[in-house]
Amino acid sequence: MSETKKYPAPVTNPETAAFWDAAKEGKFMIKRCTACGEAHYFPRSICPFCYSDKTVWEEASGEGTIYTYSLMRKSPTGPYAIGYVTLKEGPSVQTNFVDCDLEKLKIDQKVKVVFKPTDGAPLPFFTVA
Amino acid sequence: MTIKGKAYIAGIYEHPTRHAPDKSTAQLHAEVAKGAIEDAGISKDDVDGYFCAGDAPGGAWPMVDYLGLNTKKLRHVDSTETGGCSYIIHLGHAAEAIAAGKCSIALITLAGKPRTGVMPPRAAGAEADFESAYGATTHNAYGMCAMRHMHDYGTTSEQLAWIKVAASHHAQYNPHAMLKDVVTVEDVLNSPMISDPLHRMDCCVVSDGGGALIVTTPEIAKSLKKPLVRLIGHGEAMKGPRGGKDLDLTYSAGVWSGPRAFEEAGITPKDIKYASIYDSFTITVLMQLEDLGFCKKGEGGKFVADGNLISGVGKLPFNTDGGGLCSNHPVNRGGMTKILEAVRQLRGEAHPKVQVPNCDLAIAHGTGGLLGVRHAASTAILERV
Repeated sequence: MSETKKYPAPVTNPETAAFWDAAKEGKFMIKRCTACGEAHYFPRSICPFCYSDKTVWEEASGEGTIYTYSLMRKSPTGPYAIGYVTLKEGPSVQTNFVDCDLEKLKIDQKVKVVFKPTDGAPLPFFTVA
Repeated sequence: MTIKGKAYIAGIYEHPTRHAPDKSTAQLHAEVAKGAIEDAGISKDDVDGYFCAGDAPGGAWPMVDYLGLNTKKLRHVDSTETGGCSYIIHLGHAAEAIAAGKCSIALITLAGKPRTGVMPPRAAGAEADFESAYGATTHNAYGMCAMRHMHDYGTTSEQLAWIKVAASHHAQYNPHAMLKDVVTVEDVLNSPMISDPLHRMDCCVVSDGGGALIVTTPEIAKSLKKPLVRLIGHGEAMKGPRGGKDLDLTYSAGVWSGPRAFEEAGITPKDIKYASIYDSFTITVLMQLEDLGFCKKGEGGKFVADGNLISGVGKLPFNTDGGGLCSNHPVNRGGMTKILEAVRQLRGEAHPKVQVPNCDLAIAHGTGGLLGVRHAASTAILERV
């Protein structure tokens, strides 16, 4: 069902275009601030923690653990699991879990990024590692 | 500078409808405005401040015109939009405006038709490309909070169910409530799973309807005929994932709005006789009770169990109209009805079966947006004079 589900293409904008260009190469990018050292997601030009404009793109490992999730059972396109993944690099990101048994998801479980196609740039999802 | 005691709620009205296929959204706004104005015993031409949120068709200026408000007199408007808690924020802002002399009689309206009409789409934020595809809805966003709360604190579905059980005990006395049947913990647990770990009975109703308030100066309130209810403390706050750092979905922005309101009022949660707590889902209530300081973080499950929220049974009577879980959740926004039942309790106008004796201090608290994603919270502390 996740294979047949159609995802919307990102609209993109000048601030985030590099993220989507990298996604086309299969790379999952985060932003890191070179002033305070903190990584963040979703990417911004100005660091949300110290307000420095010295933020740089960094390829993330794509690995993390499930912070929380919920299996949505009432949906016209079939059940889906939404959740947050805490990346190895620190930030937690909102996502869906795909290509795995959604009934067996667990908090703290290890997961990895997987991209799914859209009519534009591909979107990042996570699956059991 | 404080708003403590500077503004009184002189008029209230809750639309009795829960299903309004034969009415327009603007019409519902007008009907609740008329109801609150008549309850206060004033004329619509006296209104000099108007407050509305995203549910008002077209926003403030089309509504002011449609409602036929007196534009020679109207001198203060506020269309702050923070989802379900907008109206609790409006109450605070109305008090600020009244304290500053910017208006003297404020009208706040909420109305809409999620059951029988089209809901306006929410404007996209900067996060849209990074989140909208993942299908966050109220159900699963609050499901994510409940899942993590259970993981961190051992909260159980049985404990959450007690919140619905308490609401249903109150709703049986409300002739307008959508769901009047008293339910048990087992009923909740046996209802279908909607978004883990929330069952259907952990979720609030979807209802058409609305409500309105008249907020005014102490002098004008005292010249009217209704029992005197005043705002003595108010707080507002916002919370989001903030770049994904130290994500913690087990608490809400109520941890900030609550203490601000209690500090201004000069009281503590122990002084509260009645609590209106936004109940979009059972987990919403549990987290907010913790965040407001009615119990310690993580002990909400124990606090709500065994009927502790049932009027006449437990220590903290809550949502004695049946709340969003059983009575009414107009426009999918619970803030207005929270204020309305708190005022009824303070006036002594709640149903006799659920009226809290000598109710002189009440709290009305709500959130707006999605607790599991980003949201606002607002707390109002009300006193009967």
